[in-house]
Amino acid sequence: MMHLEQVVLLAAEESRAVAIEGSAAKTDAPALVLQDLHKSFRSQIVLNGIHLNVSSGETLAVLGRSGTGKSVLLKLIIGLQKPDSGSIHIHGQEITGLDLDALNEIRKKMGFLFQHAALYDSLTVEHNVAFPLKRHTKMTDSEQRDRVKELLAAVGMEGDLQKMPADLSGGMQKRVGLARALALEPAILLLDEPTAGLDPITSGEIDELILKLQEEHDMASIVVTHDLHSAKTIADRIALLHEGNVLIEGTFQELEKSDDQFVSEFLKRDS
Amino acid sequence: MPSTLTSVWSLTNRFLEWFGNLGLFAWQVLRAAVRRPFEGRELIRQLDEVGSRSLPLVALAGAAIGAVLALETRSSLVQFGAKSMLPAAIVFSIIHETGPVVTGLVVSGRVGAGIGAELGSMKVTEQIDAIEACGVNPYKFLAFTRIVACILMLPLLTLAADFCGVMVGWIANTLVEPISFQKFIHQGLAGTSFNDFLAPTLRTAVFGLIIGMIACFQGMRTQGGTAGVGLSATSSVVLSSLFVILADVILVKFILVFFS
Repeated sequence: MMHLEQVVLLAAEESRAVAIEGSAAKTDAPALVLQDLHKSFRSQIVLNGIHLNVSSGETLAVLGRSGTGKSVLLKLIIGLQKPDSGSIHIHGQEITGLDLDALNEIRKKMGFLFQHAALYDSLTVEHNVAFPLKRHTKMTDSEQRDRVKELLAAVGMEGDLQKMPADLSGGMQKRVGLARALALEPAILLLDEPTAGLDPITSGEIDELILKLQEEHDMASIVVTHDLHSAKTIADRIALLHEGNVLIEGTFQELEKSDDQFVSEFLKRDS
Repeated sequence: MPSTLTSVWSLTNRFLEWFGNLGLFAWQVLRAAVRRPFEGRELIRQLDEVGSRSLPLVALAGAAIGAVLALETRSSLVQFGAKSMLPAAIVFSIIHETGPVVTGLVVSGRVGAGIGAELGSMKVTEQIDAIEACGVNPYKFLAFTRIVACILMLPLLTLAADFCGVMVGWIANTLVEPISFQKFIHQGLAGTSFNDFLAPTLRTAVFGLIIGMIACFQGMRTQGGTAGVGLSATSSVVLSSLFVILADVILVKFILVFFS
Protein backbone atom coordinates (compact mmCIF):
# COMPACT_ATOMS: atom_id res chain seq x y z
CA MET A 1 0.00 0.00 0.00
CA MET A 2 1.34 3.32 -1.00
CA HIS A 3 2.06 5.79 1.80
CA LEU A 4 0.28 9.14 1.84
CA GLU A 5 3.61 11.01 1.52
CA GLN A 6 4.44 9.07 -1.66
CA VAL A 7 1.00 9.89 -3.09
CA VAL A 8 1.48 13.60 -2.38
CA LEU A 9 4.96 13.53 -3.90
CA LEU A 10 3.71 11.75 -7.00
CA ALA A 11 0.81 14.16 -7.36
CA ALA A 12 3.17 17.13 -7.00
CA GLU A 13 5.52 15.68 -9.61
CA GLU A 14 2.62 15.00 -11.95
CA SER A 15 1.25 18.52 -11.63
CA ARG A 16 4.73 19.93 -12.23
CA ALA A 17 5.09 17.76 -15.31
CA VAL A 18 1.73 19.02 -16.60
CA ALA A 19 2.76 22.61 -16.01
CA ILE A 20 6.00 22.20 -17.91
CA GLU A 21 4.57 19.98 -20.62
CA GLY A 22 3.99 21.89 -23.80
CA SER A 23 5.87 24.88 -22.54
CA ALA A 24 9.28 26.02 -21.47
CA ALA A 25 8.06 27.54 -18.24
CA LYS A 26 11.02 28.36 -16.08
CA THR A 27 9.20 28.55 -12.73
CA ASP A 28 5.88 27.28 -11.42
CA ALA A 29 4.63 30.36 -9.63
CA PRO A 30 2.36 32.27 -12.01
CA ALA A 31 3.14 35.98 -11.99
CA LEU A 32 0.00 36.67 -13.96
CA VAL A 33 -3.26 34.73 -14.11
CA LEU A 34 -6.20 35.72 -16.30
CA GLN A 35 -9.45 33.89 -15.63
CA ASP A 36 -12.59 33.96 -17.73
CA LEU A 37 -11.93 37.47 -19.00
CA HIS A 38 -14.74 39.11 -20.95
CA LYS A 39 -14.68 42.48 -22.69
CA SER A 40 -17.13 44.04 -25.14
CA PHE A 41 -17.38 47.43 -26.78
CA ARG A 42 -21.11 48.12 -27.23
CA SER A 43 -22.41 45.07 -29.08
CA GLN A 44 -18.99 43.90 -30.26
CA ILE A 45 -17.59 41.07 -28.15
CA VAL A 46 -13.79 41.36 -28.14
CA LEU A 47 -12.74 38.92 -25.44
CA ASN A 48 -15.04 36.05 -24.60
CA GLY A 49 -13.72 34.15 -21.59
CA ILE A 50 -9.94 34.28 -21.87
CA HIS A 51 -7.86 32.03 -19.58
CA LEU A 52 -4.10 32.55 -19.55
CA ASN A 53 -1.24 32.43 -17.11
CA VAL A 54 2.39 33.47 -17.29
CA SER A 55 5.11 32.52 -14.84
CA SER A 56 8.10 34.59 -13.79
CA GLY A 57 10.90 34.28 -16.31
CA GLU A 58 8.52 33.13 -19.01
CA THR A 59 7.57 34.91 -22.24
CA LEU A 60 4.14 34.37 -23.75
CA ALA A 61 3.47 35.64 -27.26
CA VAL A 62 -0.14 36.47 -28.07
CA LEU A 63 -0.97 36.16 -31.75
CA GLY A 64 -4.18 36.66 -33.66
CA ARG A 65 -5.84 38.52 -36.47
CA SER A 66 -6.21 42.30 -36.31
CA GLY A 67 -9.08 43.33 -34.07
CA THR A 68 -9.11 40.16 -31.99
CA GLY A 69 -8.44 42.10 -28.80
CA LYS A 70 -4.71 41.48 -28.32
CA SER A 71 -3.93 45.08 -27.37
CA VAL A 72 -7.15 45.25 -25.32
CA LEU A 73 -5.85 42.26 -23.36
CA LEU A 74 -2.68 44.17 -22.41
CA LYS A 75 -4.70 47.26 -21.48
CA LEU A 76 -6.90 45.15 -19.21
CA ILE A 77 -3.82 43.71 -17.50
CA ILE A 78 -2.35 47.14 -16.76
CA GLY A 79 -5.75 48.54 -15.76
CA LEU A 80 -6.17 51.07 -18.57
CA GLN A 81 -9.48 49.37 -19.33
CA LYS A 82 -11.78 47.39 -17.07
CA PRO A 83 -13.02 43.91 -17.99
CA ASP A 84 -16.78 43.30 -18.11
CA SER A 85 -16.21 40.17 -16.02
CA GLY A 86 -13.47 37.77 -15.03
CA SER A 87 -10.40 38.22 -12.90
CA ILE A 88 -6.77 39.28 -13.27
CA HIS A 89 -4.31 38.19 -10.61
CA ILE A 90 -0.87 39.79 -10.42
CA HIS A 91 1.38 37.79 -8.09
CA GLY A 92 -1.75 36.41 -6.45
CA GLN A 93 -3.50 39.76 -6.02
CA GLU A 94 -6.79 40.36 -7.81
CA ILE A 95 -6.61 43.78 -9.48
CA THR A 96 -9.93 44.25 -11.28
CA GLY A 97 -11.71 45.83 -8.31
CA LEU A 98 -8.81 47.90 -6.97
CA ASP A 99 -9.10 51.65 -6.43
CA LEU A 100 -6.72 53.94 -8.32
CA ASP A 101 -4.10 54.24 -5.58
CA ALA A 102 -3.86 50.48 -5.11
CA LEU A 103 -3.83 49.95 -8.87
CA ASN A 104 -1.00 52.46 -9.26
CA GLU A 105 1.03 50.47 -6.74
CA ILE A 106 0.52 47.35 -8.88
CA ARG A 107 1.38 49.29 -12.05
CA LYS A 108 4.81 50.05 -10.60
CA LYS A 109 5.53 46.31 -10.88
CA MET A 110 4.70 46.37 -14.60
CA GLY A 111 6.44 47.84 -17.63
CA PHE A 112 4.47 48.60 -20.77
CA LEU A 113 5.89 49.17 -24.24
CA PHE A 114 3.19 50.77 -26.40
CA GLN A 115 2.75 49.94 -30.06
CA HIS A 116 4.04 53.35 -31.17
CA ALA A 117 6.29 53.73 -28.10
CA ALA A 118 4.11 56.65 -26.80
CA LEU A 119 7.13 58.70 -25.74
CA TYR A 120 6.24 62.08 -24.19
CA ASP A 121 6.98 64.35 -27.12
CA SER A 122 7.64 67.44 -24.99
CA LEU A 123 10.42 65.67 -23.06
CA THR A 124 13.92 64.63 -24.11
CA VAL A 125 14.92 60.96 -24.27
CA GLU A 126 16.61 61.36 -20.87
CA HIS A 127 13.51 62.84 -19.24
CA ASN A 128 11.24 60.24 -20.84
CA VAL A 129 13.21 57.42 -19.25
CA ALA A 130 13.57 59.33 -15.97
CA PHE A 131 9.79 59.98 -15.77
CA PRO A 132 8.89 56.85 -13.72
CA LEU A 133 12.03 57.28 -11.59
CA LYS A 134 11.10 60.86 -10.69
CA ARG A 135 7.60 59.76 -9.70
CA HIS A 136 8.21 56.58 -7.81
CA THR A 137 11.73 56.55 -6.41
CA LYS A 138 13.65 58.67 -3.94
CA MET A 139 16.73 58.75 -6.18
CA THR A 140 18.73 61.97 -6.29
CA ASP A 141 19.08 63.73 -9.64
CA SER A 142 22.55 62.28 -10.19
CA GLU A 143 21.38 58.77 -9.28
CA GLN A 144 18.50 59.15 -11.73
CA ARG A 145 20.89 60.31 -14.42
CA ASP A 146 23.15 57.30 -13.83
CA ARG A 147 20.17 54.91 -13.93
CA VAL A 148 18.89 56.51 -17.15
CA LYS A 149 22.32 56.15 -18.75
CA GLU A 150 22.48 52.53 -17.65
CA LEU A 151 19.01 51.80 -19.10
CA LEU A 152 19.76 53.58 -22.36
CA ALA A 153 23.09 51.76 -22.64
CA ALA A 154 21.19 48.47 -22.24
CA VAL A 155 19.07 49.34 -25.28
CA GLY A 156 21.95 50.83 -27.26
CA MET A 157 20.79 54.45 -27.02
CA GLU A 158 23.32 55.91 -24.61
CA GLY A 159 24.42 58.61 -27.05
CA ASP A 160 20.96 60.10 -27.54
CA LEU A 161 20.08 61.47 -24.11
CA GLN A 162 19.26 64.99 -25.22
CA LYS A 163 17.36 64.11 -28.40
CA MET A 164 13.63 64.75 -28.67
CA PRO A 165 11.35 61.83 -29.63
CA ALA A 166 10.54 63.52 -32.95
CA ASP A 167 14.23 63.25 -33.90
CA LEU A 168 14.26 59.46 -33.47
CA SER A 169 13.40 56.71 -35.95
CA GLY A 170 10.65 54.18 -35.17
CA GLY A 171 13.15 51.57 -33.98
CA MET A 172 14.97 54.09 -31.77
CA GLN A 173 11.65 55.18 -30.24
CA LYS A 174 10.84 51.54 -29.44
CA ARG A 175 14.23 51.16 -27.74
CA VAL A 176 13.67 54.27 -25.62
CA GLY A 177 10.14 53.05 -24.83
CA LEU A 178 11.64 49.75 -23.72
CA ALA A 179 14.18 51.55 -21.52
CA ARG A 180 11.32 53.53 -19.92
CA ALA A 181 9.30 50.34 -19.40
CA LEU A 182 12.28 48.78 -17.60
CA ALA A 183 13.06 51.82 -15.45
CA LEU A 184 11.38 50.53 -12.28
CA GLU A 185 12.71 46.97 -12.79
CA PRO A 186 9.25 45.51 -13.40
CA ALA A 187 8.31 41.95 -12.55
CA ILE A 188 5.95 41.86 -15.54
CA LEU A 189 6.71 43.28 -18.97
CA LEU A 190 3.94 43.92 -21.50
CA LEU A 191 5.01 44.54 -25.08
CA ASP A 192 2.49 45.70 -27.66
CA GLU A 193 3.74 44.99 -31.18
CA PRO A 194 7.43 45.64 -30.40
CA THR A 195 8.50 45.04 -33.99
CA ALA A 196 5.52 46.48 -35.89
CA GLY A 197 6.46 48.87 -38.66
CA LEU A 198 10.16 48.09 -38.42
CA ASP A 199 12.42 46.69 -41.12
CA PRO A 200 13.56 43.07 -40.69
CA ILE A 201 17.03 44.02 -39.46
CA THR A 202 15.73 46.46 -36.82
CA SER A 203 13.05 43.91 -35.85
CA GLY A 204 15.80 41.34 -35.33
CA GLU A 205 17.75 43.81 -33.20
CA ILE A 206 14.67 44.49 -31.05
CA ASP A 207 14.10 40.73 -30.67
CA GLU A 208 17.71 40.23 -29.59
CA LEU A 209 17.35 43.10 -27.15
CA ILE A 210 14.21 41.58 -25.62
CA LEU A 211 15.93 38.20 -25.31
CA LYS A 212 18.97 39.82 -23.70
CA LEU A 213 16.79 41.73 -21.23
CA GLN A 214 14.85 38.55 -20.46
CA GLU A 215 18.08 36.79 -19.60
CA GLU A 216 19.25 39.64 -17.40
CA HIS A 217 15.94 40.20 -15.57
CA ASP A 218 13.64 37.42 -14.42
CA MET A 219 10.44 38.96 -15.78
CA ALA A 220 7.14 37.47 -16.87
CA SER A 221 6.49 38.91 -20.32
CA ILE A 222 3.52 39.05 -22.63
CA VAL A 223 4.30 40.05 -26.20
CA VAL A 224 1.44 40.94 -28.50
CA THR A 225 2.61 40.61 -32.06
CA HIS A 226 1.73 39.87 -35.65
CA ASP A 227 5.31 38.95 -36.35
CA LEU A 228 5.45 35.16 -36.21
CA HIS A 229 9.21 35.09 -36.66
CA SER A 230 9.60 37.41 -33.70
CA ALA A 231 7.20 35.31 -31.61
CA LYS A 232 9.16 32.18 -32.49
CA THR A 233 12.41 33.85 -31.46
CA ILE A 234 11.46 35.43 -28.16
CA ALA A 235 8.52 33.44 -26.77
CA ASP A 236 8.51 30.32 -24.61
CA ARG A 237 4.82 29.79 -25.36
CA ILE A 238 2.39 31.13 -27.92
CA ALA A 239 -1.34 31.75 -27.49
CA LEU A 240 -3.41 32.23 -30.62
CA LEU A 241 -6.55 34.32 -30.16
CA HIS A 242 -9.55 33.71 -32.37
CA GLU A 243 -13.11 34.98 -31.98
CA GLY A 244 -12.49 36.29 -28.48
CA ASN A 245 -10.93 33.13 -27.14
CA VAL A 246 -7.61 31.33 -26.92
CA LEU A 247 -7.86 28.88 -29.81
CA ILE A 248 -4.59 27.14 -29.04
CA GLU A 249 -1.75 27.59 -26.60
CA GLY A 250 1.64 25.93 -26.56
CA THR A 251 5.13 26.03 -28.00
CA PHE A 252 5.65 26.98 -31.62
CA GLN A 253 6.30 23.33 -32.47
CA GLU A 254 2.98 22.34 -30.90
CA LEU A 255 1.16 24.99 -32.92
CA GLU A 256 2.81 23.68 -36.07
CA LYS A 257 1.53 20.19 -35.33
CA SER A 258 -2.06 21.39 -34.89
CA ASP A 259 -4.71 20.05 -37.28
CA ASP A 260 -6.92 23.13 -36.82
CA GLN A 261 -7.53 24.81 -40.16
CA PHE A 262 -7.31 28.36 -38.75
CA VAL A 263 -4.02 27.62 -37.00
CA SER A 264 -2.48 26.11 -40.14
CA GLU A 265 -3.77 28.99 -42.23
CA PHE A 266 -2.42 31.55 -39.75
CA LEU A 267 1.04 29.97 -39.57
CA LYS A 268 1.16 29.49 -43.35
CA ARG A 269 0.17 33.10 -44.09
CA ASP A 270 2.57 34.54 -41.56
CA SER A 271 5.58 32.41 -42.32
CA MET B 1 -42.51 67.68 -37.47
CA PRO B 2 -41.50 64.38 -35.80
CA SER B 3 -38.05 64.66 -37.38
CA THR B 4 -37.65 68.17 -35.92
CA LEU B 5 -38.66 66.86 -32.51
CA THR B 6 -36.25 63.97 -32.87
CA SER B 7 -33.35 66.24 -33.75
CA VAL B 8 -34.17 68.62 -30.86
CA TRP B 9 -34.36 65.63 -28.52
CA SER B 10 -31.07 64.26 -29.82
CA LEU B 11 -29.40 67.68 -29.46
CA THR B 12 -30.70 68.05 -25.90
CA ASN B 13 -29.49 64.56 -25.09
CA ARG B 14 -26.03 65.28 -26.45
CA PHE B 15 -25.90 68.57 -24.53
CA LEU B 16 -26.91 66.88 -21.26
CA GLU B 17 -24.48 64.02 -21.89
CA TRP B 18 -21.66 66.54 -22.48
CA PHE B 19 -22.50 68.34 -19.24
CA GLY B 20 -22.71 65.06 -17.34
CA ASN B 21 -19.31 63.97 -18.64
CA LEU B 22 -17.85 67.39 -17.82
CA GLY B 23 -19.19 67.01 -14.27
CA LEU B 24 -17.61 63.56 -13.95
CA PHE B 25 -14.34 64.93 -15.31
CA ALA B 26 -14.42 67.80 -12.78
CA TRP B 27 -15.04 65.28 -9.99
CA GLN B 28 -12.07 63.15 -11.10
CA VAL B 29 -9.84 66.23 -11.16
CA LEU B 30 -11.07 67.33 -7.73
CA ARG B 31 -10.49 63.87 -6.27
CA ALA B 32 -7.00 63.72 -7.75
CA ALA B 33 -6.22 67.23 -6.47
CA VAL B 34 -6.42 66.32 -2.80
CA ARG B 35 -4.00 63.39 -3.06
CA ARG B 36 -0.21 63.45 -2.97
CA PRO B 37 2.05 64.20 -4.82
CA PHE B 38 1.08 67.77 -5.63
CA GLU B 39 3.02 68.03 -8.91
CA GLY B 40 4.76 71.29 -7.99
CA ARG B 41 7.27 71.19 -10.86
CA GLU B 42 4.61 70.60 -13.48
CA LEU B 43 2.47 73.37 -11.97
CA ILE B 44 5.37 75.83 -12.24
CA ARG B 45 5.90 74.78 -15.87
CA GLN B 46 2.22 75.38 -16.59
CA LEU B 47 2.23 78.74 -14.79
CA ASP B 48 5.02 79.75 -17.15
CA GLU B 49 3.20 78.32 -20.16
CA VAL B 50 -0.13 80.00 -19.37
CA GLY B 51 1.20 83.19 -17.78
CA SER B 52 4.52 84.33 -19.22
CA ARG B 53 3.83 83.12 -22.72
CA SER B 54 0.38 84.73 -22.89
CA LEU B 55 1.65 88.04 -21.51
CA PRO B 56 2.78 89.65 -24.79
CA LEU B 57 -0.52 88.89 -26.55
CA VAL B 58 -2.65 89.96 -23.58
CA ALA B 59 -0.62 93.16 -23.13
CA LEU B 60 -0.97 93.94 -26.84
CA ALA B 61 -4.72 93.32 -26.75
CA GLY B 62 -5.04 95.55 -23.67
CA ALA B 63 -3.00 98.30 -25.34
CA ALA B 64 -5.11 98.11 -28.50
CA ILE B 65 -8.31 98.37 -26.45
CA GLY B 66 -6.90 101.40 -24.61
CA ALA B 67 -6.01 103.14 -27.88
CA VAL B 68 -9.35 102.38 -29.53
CA LEU B 69 -11.32 103.47 -26.46
CA ALA B 70 -9.40 106.75 -26.24
CA LEU B 71 -9.91 107.55 -29.92
CA GLU B 72 -13.51 106.39 -30.24
CA THR B 73 -14.83 107.73 -26.93
CA ARG B 74 -13.23 111.16 -27.39
CA SER B 75 -15.37 112.13 -30.38
CA SER B 76 -18.59 111.00 -28.64
CA LEU B 77 -17.79 112.83 -25.41
CA VAL B 78 -16.76 115.98 -27.30
CA GLN B 79 -20.17 115.94 -29.02
CA PHE B 80 -21.93 115.90 -25.63
CA GLY B 81 -19.53 118.42 -24.08
CA ALA B 82 -18.23 115.88 -21.59
CA LYS B 83 -14.60 115.79 -22.70
CA SER B 84 -13.38 115.96 -19.09
CA MET B 85 -15.01 112.57 -18.48
CA LEU B 86 -12.67 110.88 -20.97
CA PRO B 87 -10.08 109.54 -18.43
CA ALA B 88 -12.89 108.14 -16.25
CA ALA B 89 -14.57 106.56 -19.27
CA ILE B 90 -11.35 104.88 -20.38
CA VAL B 91 -10.17 103.69 -16.95
CA PHE B 92 -13.62 102.58 -15.76
CA SER B 93 -14.39 100.77 -18.99
CA ILE B 94 -11.05 98.95 -19.09
CA ILE B 95 -10.94 97.93 -15.43
CA HIS B 96 -14.60 97.04 -15.14
CA GLU B 97 -15.36 95.16 -18.31
CA THR B 98 -13.09 95.40 -21.32
CA GLY B 99 -9.85 94.31 -19.62
CA PRO B 100 -11.26 91.15 -17.96
CA VAL B 101 -13.34 90.06 -20.97
CA VAL B 102 -10.63 90.70 -23.54
CA THR B 103 -8.11 88.84 -21.36
CA GLY B 104 -10.54 85.94 -20.96
CA LEU B 105 -11.16 85.71 -24.69
CA VAL B 106 -7.49 86.09 -25.66
CA VAL B 107 -6.47 83.38 -23.19
CA SER B 108 -9.37 81.19 -24.40
CA GLY B 109 -7.90 81.43 -27.88
CA ARG B 110 -4.23 80.99 -27.06
CA VAL B 111 -4.26 78.71 -24.04
CA GLY B 112 -7.55 76.92 -24.77
CA ALA B 113 -6.42 75.91 -28.24
CA GLY B 114 -2.95 75.00 -26.94
CA ILE B 115 -4.24 72.76 -24.16
CA GLY B 116 -6.94 71.17 -26.36
CA ALA B 117 -4.44 70.37 -29.11
CA GLU B 118 -1.64 69.23 -26.77
CA LEU B 119 -3.80 66.91 -24.68
CA GLY B 120 -5.68 65.75 -27.77
CA SER B 121 -2.43 64.84 -29.45
CA MET B 122 -1.23 63.08 -26.29
CA LYS B 123 -4.50 61.15 -26.17
CA VAL B 124 -4.40 59.86 -29.75
CA THR B 125 -0.71 58.92 -29.51
CA GLU B 126 -1.37 56.98 -26.26
CA GLN B 127 0.89 59.31 -24.23
CA ILE B 128 -1.90 59.77 -21.65
CA ASP B 129 -2.23 55.98 -21.41
CA ALA B 130 1.55 55.80 -20.98
CA ILE B 131 1.38 58.26 -18.08
CA GLU B 132 -1.36 56.18 -16.47
CA ALA B 133 0.55 52.95 -17.12
CA CYS B 134 3.49 54.47 -15.21
CA GLY B 135 1.24 54.72 -12.15
CA VAL B 136 0.74 58.49 -12.47
CA ASN B 137 -2.73 60.02 -12.31
CA PRO B 138 -3.22 62.00 -15.56
CA TYR B 139 -6.14 63.96 -14.06
CA LYS B 140 -3.70 65.47 -11.62
CA PHE B 141 -0.51 65.59 -13.69
CA LEU B 142 -2.11 66.96 -16.85
CA ALA B 143 -5.49 68.48 -15.97
CA PHE B 144 -5.23 69.78 -12.40
CA THR B 145 -1.92 71.58 -13.01
CA ARG B 146 -3.25 73.31 -16.14
CA ILE B 147 -6.55 74.30 -14.52
CA VAL B 148 -4.81 75.76 -11.45
CA ALA B 149 -2.34 77.61 -13.69
CA CYS B 150 -5.26 79.16 -15.61
CA ILE B 151 -7.06 80.14 -12.37
CA LEU B 152 -3.96 81.79 -10.90
CA MET B 153 -2.74 83.46 -14.07
CA LEU B 154 -5.94 85.00 -15.43
CA PRO B 155 -6.22 87.73 -12.73
CA LEU B 156 -2.52 88.58 -13.14
CA LEU B 157 -2.84 88.74 -16.91
CA THR B 158 -5.93 90.92 -16.47
CA LEU B 159 -3.88 93.33 -14.37
CA ALA B 160 -1.31 93.47 -17.17
CA ALA B 161 -4.02 94.09 -19.78
CA ASP B 162 -5.60 96.79 -17.59
CA PHE B 163 -2.24 98.49 -17.07
CA CYS B 164 -1.35 98.47 -20.78
CA GLY B 165 -4.85 99.65 -21.73
CA VAL B 166 -4.77 102.58 -19.32
CA MET B 167 -1.19 103.53 -20.32
CA VAL B 168 -1.91 103.45 -24.05
CA GLY B 169 -5.27 105.20 -23.44
CA TRP B 170 -3.35 107.99 -21.73
CA ILE B 171 -0.74 108.12 -24.54
CA ALA B 172 -3.46 108.26 -27.22
CA ASN B 173 -5.27 110.96 -25.27
CA THR B 174 -2.08 112.94 -24.71
CA LEU B 175 -1.21 112.89 -28.40
CA VAL B 176 -4.48 114.74 -29.12
CA GLU B 177 -4.61 116.86 -26.01
CA PRO B 178 -1.67 116.72 -23.59
CA ILE B 179 -2.52 115.74 -20.02
CA SER B 180 -0.18 114.55 -17.25
CA PHE B 181 -0.37 110.88 -16.32
CA GLN B 182 -1.02 111.80 -12.68
CA LYS B 183 -4.00 113.97 -13.63
CA PHE B 184 -5.29 111.32 -16.06
CA ILE B 185 -5.23 108.64 -13.35
CA HIS B 186 -6.66 111.01 -10.74
CA GLN B 187 -9.60 111.85 -13.02
CA GLY B 188 -9.92 108.25 -14.16
CA LEU B 189 -10.20 106.82 -10.67
CA ALA B 190 -12.42 109.58 -9.29
CA GLY B 191 -15.55 108.09 -7.76
CA THR B 192 -14.33 104.47 -7.94
CA SER B 193 -13.79 102.22 -4.93
CA PHE B 194 -11.45 99.26 -4.37
CA ASN B 195 -14.38 96.91 -5.02
CA ASP B 196 -14.78 98.38 -8.50
CA PHE B 197 -11.28 97.16 -9.19
CA LEU B 198 -11.11 93.94 -7.15
CA ALA B 199 -14.32 92.14 -8.11
CA PRO B 200 -13.92 92.42 -11.92
CA THR B 201 -10.28 91.31 -11.70
CA LEU B 202 -11.00 88.35 -9.46
CA ARG B 203 -13.88 87.20 -11.63
CA THR B 204 -11.30 86.31 -14.25
CA ALA B 205 -10.23 83.48 -11.92
CA VAL B 206 -13.62 81.95 -12.82
CA PHE B 207 -12.78 82.50 -16.50
CA GLY B 208 -9.51 80.66 -15.83
CA LEU B 209 -11.39 77.75 -14.27
CA ILE B 210 -13.72 77.60 -17.28
CA ILE B 211 -10.92 77.79 -19.85
CA GLY B 212 -8.71 75.23 -18.08
CA MET B 213 -11.53 72.81 -17.32
CA ILE B 214 -13.12 72.85 -20.79
CA ALA B 215 -9.81 72.72 -22.69
CA CYS B 216 -8.51 69.80 -20.58
CA PHE B 217 -11.85 67.99 -20.87
CA GLN B 218 -12.04 68.40 -24.63
CA GLY B 219 -8.39 67.42 -25.04
CA MET B 220 -8.53 64.31 -22.87
CA ARG B 221 -11.66 62.95 -24.57
CA THR B 222 -10.21 63.29 -28.07
CA GLN B 223 -11.00 60.46 -30.44
CA GLY B 224 -9.65 59.63 -33.86
CA GLY B 225 -6.43 60.87 -35.39
CA THR B 226 -5.26 64.31 -36.44
CA ALA B 227 -8.82 65.33 -37.34
CA GLY B 228 -9.85 64.59 -33.75
CA VAL B 229 -6.99 66.73 -32.44
CA GLY B 230 -8.04 69.63 -34.67
CA LEU B 231 -11.62 69.23 -33.51
CA SER B 232 -10.56 69.26 -29.86
CA ALA B 233 -8.50 72.43 -30.33
CA THR B 234 -11.38 74.18 -32.11
CA SER B 235 -14.05 73.03 -29.68
CA SER B 236 -11.86 74.05 -26.73
CA VAL B 237 -11.66 77.61 -28.06
CA VAL B 238 -15.30 77.86 -29.11
CA LEU B 239 -16.76 76.35 -25.92
CA SER B 240 -14.44 78.13 -23.49
CA SER B 241 -15.05 81.50 -25.23
CA LEU B 242 -18.79 80.89 -25.16
CA PHE B 243 -18.78 79.96 -21.48
CA VAL B 244 -16.48 82.88 -20.61
CA ILE B 245 -19.03 85.27 -22.17
CA LEU B 246 -21.93 83.52 -20.39
CA ALA B 247 -20.05 83.57 -17.08
CA ASP B 248 -19.27 87.23 -17.61
CA VAL B 249 -22.99 88.06 -17.91
CA ILE B 250 -23.82 86.05 -14.79
CA LEU B 251 -20.89 87.37 -12.77
CA VAL B 252 -21.59 91.00 -13.72
CA LYS B 253 -25.09 90.57 -12.31
CA PHE B 254 -23.63 88.84 -9.23
CA ILE B 255 -21.07 91.61 -8.70
CA LEU B 256 -23.74 94.31 -9.12
CA VAL B 257 -25.87 92.62 -6.45
CA PHE B 258 -23.17 91.84 -3.91
CA PHE B 259 -20.42 94.45 -4.43
CA SER B 260 -22.30 97.63 -5.39
